[in-house]
Amino acid sequence: MNTFKIGGVHPEPNKLTADRKIETLALPTQAVFPLSQHIGAPAVPCVQKGDVVKVGTRIAEPGGFMSAAIHSSVSGKVAKIDTVVDASGLRKPAIFIDVEGDEWEPSIDRSDKLVLQTHKTREEIIECIKDAGIVGMGGACFPTHVKLCPPKECQIDTLIINAVECEPFLTADHRLMLECPDQIIIGIKVILKALGIDRAVIGIEANKPDAIELMRSKTAMVSGIEVLPLMMKYPQGGEKQLIEAVTGRQVPPPPALPANVGCVVQNVGTVFAVYEAVMKNKPLIERIVTVTGKSVKNPCNLRVRMGTPVGQLVEYAGGMPEDTGKLISGGPMMGRPLLDETAPVVKGTSGVLMIPEKEAARQAERNCIRCAKCVQACPMGLEPYLLASASKAADWECAEDHWIMSCIECGCCQSTCPSRRPLLDWVRLAKNRVGGIIRARNAKN
Amino acid sequence: MSFILTAVLVLGLTGLVLGLVLYVVSRQFKVEEDPRVGQILELLPAANCGGCGFPGCAAFAEACVKRDSMDGLKCSACKREVMHQIAAITGHDIELGVEKVAVVRCSGSCANRPSVRSYDGAKSCAIANMMNGGETGCFYGCLGCGDCVSVCTFDAIKMDPDTGLPVVDQEKCTACGKCAKACPRNIIELRNRNKMDRRVYVSCVNKDKGPVAKKACDVACIGCGKCIKACAFDAITLENNLAYIDFEKCRLCRKCVDECPQHSILAVNFPPKREEAPADPVQAPVVEQAPVVDEAPVTEQAPVVEQTPDNSVEQQSAE
Amino acid sequence: MAQKLYISTSPHIHCGDTIERNMRWVIWALMPALLASFTVFGVGALIVTVTSVLSCLFFEWFITRFILKRPSTLGDLSATITGLLLAFNLPSNIPLYMIVVGALVAIGIGKLAFGGLGNNPFNPALVGRVFLLISFPAKMTSWPVPAGLATSYIDAQTGATPLNLIGQIAGGNTAAADQLPSLGNLFIGNIGGCIGEVSALMLLVGFIILLCSKVITWHIPVSILTTVAVLTGIMWLINPVLYVNPLYHLCSGGLMLGAIFMATDYVTSPMTFKGMIWYGIGIGFLTVVIRYFGSYPEGMSFAILIMNAVTPLINNWCKPKRFGEAVK
Repeated sequence: MNTFKIGGVHPEPNKLTADRKIETLALPTQAVFPLSQHIGAPAVPCVQKGDVVKVGTRIAEPGGFMSAAIHSSVSGKVAKIDTVVDASGLRKPAIFIDVEGDEWEPSIDRSDKLVLQTHKTREEIIECIKDAGIVGMGGACFPTHVKLCPPKECQIDTLIINAVECEPFLTADHRLMLECPDQIIIGIKVILKALGIDRAVIGIEANKPDAIELMRSKTAMVSGIEVLPLMMKYPQGGEKQLIEAVTGRQVPPPPALPANVGCVVQNVGTVFAVYEAVMKNKPLIERIVTVTGKSVKNPCNLRVRMGTPVGQLVEYAGGMPEDTGKLISGGPMMGRPLLDETAPVVKGTSGVLMIPEKEAARQAERNCIRCAKCVQACPMGLEPYLLASASKAADWECAEDHWIMSCIECGCCQSTCPSRRPLLDWVRLAKNRVGGIIRARNAKN
Repeated sequence: MSFILTAVLVLGLTGLVLGLVLYVVSRQFKVEEDPRVGQILELLPAANCGGCGFPGCAAFAEACVKRDSMDGLKCSACKREVMHQIAAITGHDIELGVEKVAVVRCSGSCANRPSVRSYDGAKSCAIANMMNGGETGCFYGCLGCGDCVSVCTFDAIKMDPDTGLPVVDQEKCTACGKCAKACPRNIIELRNRNKMDRRVYVSCVNKDKGPVAKKACDVACIGCGKCIKACAFDAITLENNLAYIDFEKCRLCRKCVDECPQHSILAVNFPPKREEAPADPVQAPVVEQAPVVDEAPVTEQAPVVEQTPDNSVEQQSAE
Repeated sequence: MAQKLYISTSPHIHCGDTIERNMRWVIWALMPALLASFTVFGVGALIVTVTSVLSCLFFEWFITRFILKRPSTLGDLSATITGLLLAFNLPSNIPLYMIVVGALVAIGIGKLAFGGLGNNPFNPALVGRVFLLISFPAKMTSWPVPAGLATSYIDAQTGATPLNLIGQIAGGNTAAADQLPSLGNLFIGNIGGCIGEVSALMLLVGFIILLCSKVITWHIPVSILTTVAVLTGIMWLINPVLYVNPLYHLCSGGLMLGAIFMATDYVTSPMTFKGMIWYGIGIGFLTVVIRYFGSYPEGMSFAILIMNAVTPLINNWCKPKRFGEAVK
């Protein structure tokens, strides 16, 4: 079975919600839409306080090419435009909407009927995706229309569908595949058309045999779409690792993109959103969120409107367990800690995870014993121990020389360190600084 | 007996030969150096803090000798007399600006600003600042991980374990500015030392709206603007819900201190106020011959001190 | 919510590995060899081992408590391992005070002088051993011959070890070849030598334990053993009369012990697989050179210490293969 070659770890899968059907969460009383839910420029609000909006009304325009529009997921009145603490832990500007009823924009097709064909051209499809404000749903939130417009000099030959979901606990993509396989297949066809290619590979980790079988049976009659089971290993869902696992090609270090090796990677969640946007004219207003944790009473997969406060999801899952030490947006390896339950669900919220205190609290940091386990675990072939100490010494040059910008922040190093050193914290700091230095240098030249 | 003699002879000869070699080499490859560089170097603190902008004290000394004037050459760690001595060695004139000192503009001690989460990451303000708002509800105040302490070459800034805030030792502080640069939240500012090290400053950098700031911290500036009205010298500005006292304009009258409802303006190193404040003899010859301002009969100095226990160190050291 | 939430960046989970877990597995892996030496040398082996471990623990506690004034580091078990490894490198009839001196050097100079676990450039146990070897060469090189469980401490008979004989043969005394023990005895450890090094079989069992518990990878031991086998094999092919069969080399002396337990010490070995292999080749080469051309019959300790010194350089030269490097 295929997998990537360098490094990787095997965290406990803990897929507690793999057989829980997706349930729909009730509407919130107030929905909050942070203006930067994606990589790139923040969106610019196009509504004002007091404006009445419907479900699907655009409330913020993209702030540039590398940006995405934001749509209201509820109907009601714009209460204010203020700041909210989102999953980044920082205050970000956001639009607050008080919910009144559930009135949808008439242009949205709300029927369950499967739409099989579209007459839209390539450009129209990409425009449609851009209008719907779709971003990568795996967590990185890269605007999808940007990915579908690769640089001219890159010859794309393969579309890779990321159904790996290598993060422990999360099952949102898994459930989506089991419950909406047809929509996903149509979505893949739409994206293939947008890219003008005819080969797609769905990469699924071997711990989801039901999904592999279902997707295989659904794609049996479709030419050009192949299902590829992958060996279980974290971080296989990382874009670069997945490309290597599927095609054997290694993406060169930044600033090179997957397109440089002829691949475009899209998450299954994104593919589903593309189907809804292109076929149903429905912008990105809801997503599947896994609410889970070892001591959570009722771990579940929920279809949630964007902007719903995380507290409501936690409530649905049986409330926050007494022993909770950490509330996380996303998975345990790459998710971000939430400061409290008021943070809203955004486009990249793939899960809400509650970790018991005794697992959440980090143990005291000890001396590095140079066991080299971080070096062996790093899927990018870096030396985390060295990068961390360079960062601590503020030796940005050394960090840059040792490929720090290649780091994908997967957390393998820190999660294997027997001395419990906060390696990734330091590496992140250095990455941030070196990134700034490189940008300044490029701006000068 | 003879083997002892041999040993002594052999060792002695080896020593002699090697000594000769060393002598010849040191004469042959001697580097001619301006003797003034050495003299200046002896005056410098040899801390190599980099506060002057040069990679170390030696480079600074060399620059002093090579340049035509002392413009832009200032060892922030040296006392003024030392700088004059250095200028004398180089034979140039020197104009020294006002002496400065690092000031921590946050009073969010554990008591004033209770923590609502526990930060569990690497102990570095830069990291804590990058990922979240720290342990408290204030997104602007001190994170308490001590980045400023670890960069200080003069041992002049320490964390106070009781308040969780850094405290500057004004005797040791040389205003090299390293801590100010290291602070990811720009809390530390270099301010004029003034006479007797007296300073009046807003000990807060919170730009939140009043209610939000107040909720996070008992002594946060809420941007009410009362201090501006109290100031007779236009020294206070209000921007983004935050008052700032311009230390060039401030005449240290301390009216704003009493006006501040949040007690977020601090006056340090002043003697305890008496009823007949205007007659205070030390007060008169303040920097730039400030006209002595009539001070309102003040009785509220005490609560200010009380409310900001983290300031007590500076208060005491003045007395 | 019962308590304050923690905030720290990802990853939020840990695989559970600790320093102690690794150290504990090393101790378990050393046990088969200790058992073997007990059956070969009797109580002497146990007395030496216990003395060594206790004195290492004592010095670790004493120095951290009274000189460094730091919290105790006994719990990380590294001093226990240093004690075990030091004992394994001593003959079973060595006077006890020498062991104490060795432990002081190992812990005090070899480890804590550099700042404790993680900062020592050399393997502490080997520093202690080499110190003893140079200070007390006579005692350190007179090894008791196997006499079974009954042997009492100190007054054991001493005799030449296979390595002495190999050296003598290479020096031209081909008659010594008759005294060489059989390969079988050599393998199971029925020979004279230091406490821990006698039984190649039991050391290999320890190797398997270490591999299965994922404490070490195969790279260092395998590259050392392969290098020694290849080099001595070449010598043997050139002149089988003077130079013995490489299997004798593999099973004799401290080679197995060093390759499996001493060279793989985390702190003093390189960080990348490529580096580990070069490090192993270096140790293997130096061992053979010292065994055949040096004045000591055993070269393992010196070879490892020399390569320990080279480790930082190896770390600088041998970088892991970066992702996407080939197509850069």
